[in-house]
Amino acid sequence: MPTLAASGCQIEPLGEDILLLRFGAGIDRDTNARVHAAAELLRRVEMPGLIDLIPAYATLALHYDAPFWAGRDGEPPWRHLAGTLEAVFATPPRLAADEGRLVEIPVCYGGESGPDLAAVAAHAALDADSVIARHVGRDYRVAMLGFAAGFPYLLGLDPGLQMPRRAQPRLRVPAGSVAIGGAQTGIYPAQLPGGWHLIGRTPLRLFDPARAQPSLLLPGDRVRFRAIEADEFTLLAAATA
Amino acid sequence: MSLTVLKPGFLTTLQDRGRYGYAALGVGHAGPMDGVAHRLANALVGNDEDAAALEITVLGPRLRFDADTVIALTGAPFDACLDGVPVAPWQRLPVTAGAVLDCGRARCGQRLSLAVAGGLRCKPLLGSRATDLNAGFGAPLQQGDSLLFVASSAPRARWSLDPRPWFDVDPSQPLRLIRGHHFGALDGPSRAALYGTRFRIGAASNRVGYRLDGARLALERPLELASEPCAFGTVQLPTGGQPIVLMAEHPVTGGYPRIGQVAAIDLPRLAQRGPGDPLHFVEIDLDEAQNRYLERERELSRLQQAIAARLP
Repeated sequence: MPTLAASGCQIEPLGEDILLLRFGAGIDRDTNARVHAAAELLRRVEMPGLIDLIPAYATLALHYDAPFWAGRDGEPPWRHLAGTLEAVFATPPRLAADEGRLVEIPVCYGGESGPDLAAVAAHAALDADSVIARHVGRDYRVAMLGFAAGFPYLLGLDPGLQMPRRAQPRLRVPAGSVAIGGAQTGIYPAQLPGGWHLIGRTPLRLFDPARAQPSLLLPGDRVRFRAIEADEFTLLAAATA
Repeated sequence: MSLTVLKPGFLTTLQDRGRYGYAALGVGHAGPMDGVAHRLANALVGNDEDAAALEITVLGPRLRFDADTVIALTGAPFDACLDGVPVAPWQRLPVTAGAVLDCGRARCGQRLSLAVAGGLRCKPLLGSRATDLNAGFGAPLQQGDSLLFVASSAPRARWSLDPRPWFDVDPSQPLRLIRGHHFGALDGPSRAALYGTRFRIGAASNRVGYRLDGARLALERPLELASEPCAFGTVQLPTGGQPIVLMAEHPVTGGYPRIGQVAAIDLPRLAQRGPGDPLHFVEIDLDEAQNRYLERERELSRLQQAIAARLP
């Protein structure tokens, strides 16, 4: 597959109207920052013939209008688009200079809100309070939103808290559940099926299509969890309802 | 003006072309399973191709119209009756106030598109009227629902379209499949089985994805992947080895290996097959698939223009 020299990403057609730019293979902050810088550049130059952008951990998909990108001499649209991207990325996209917006997420850990806290603690050979202390003890970065509207995949989980997904996914995970899946931590924005371990729950509403900005969290945001008690959860839940 | 749902049918949803522009927030595209049928139904009643129409699944609804209008039916042939008189699909037909359309049951295929002149109205969510069942954007039609449409001065002429180039459920016809990024990670027998064996669409298949019963596929060695974007038609391979084809309501990202991509020109044919139907793949390369897709888009747009030219 051709490589975009300037930005160093690989181009991979995913289908007839969707092209994938691959900036790396793993789940790391630098690769992810390049994904979002490229997405931001494409938004800023208002590239024509683009229908949607899907940024992920290490890849960015461009959903495009294939007839718009049809080459005159029978050149397949994806090659035509790739050629144009070469020019757009001639200057490598600037990485976001700022540290990202900090969003604090209140979480009621354990109990009914986090039915898997004990299992995570056992797996980590820690007590429940230490798991909570480690989970609130770092800032996370929103690497991407996916799986469902407003579901944030967060980078930065303490390696000591990593735990393989449940063998049997739950059919219904309550909205707001804060969970650990492998090396990732995330928050279920709505009641969904899910295989991650539930350690707590936030009363905040992560996604609301009626809000001007529907998603509470955006790619690049920093996230800090704050442990709250059940009564504060109830108060906040009533306030956000 | 409105139509009232007397019986909702098995799964009837409002769909426009889909919800685009919010994938970065994890919002899926949804939209019609058979996009060609949807676009031609709209064309037949003089609508923009993004107008909202009904996607009707297997067992159709019974609907009462409270005003004169013009409707079109495309997609799978259903035993539809307008005031008790059978109506063939791929038709544009006038409806008078008080008329009852019973969409009946699919004779073959899965999905019927029903467009109403002027489009069906509802409040758009994030720029679209497409129902996204998992996101809770809209919901299947329920008995007693009423859907708004604008009064239509569209000509009441009745005519039909030849469905042949646009509708096909012949199970002996293969679907064309482009190799996916992780095709090469399959073991030898699995690479052969993907293109060389017959699958059957599993019972647990819906607007999100079709599970394929048949050969269990395996990777040469396990892969740990970061979630990546995926698309309508992407064939994923979950850990158990049973491939899944992502359909119209797929999540925008997924963490399973992508072993194939069903050619866009064959997605309507796949959408018209359902649980229990057989399926087999032949290989097509991306450049050819893309050329055929452009060809289809040109033909479709010629037809849309020809239809528009016959409507004043």
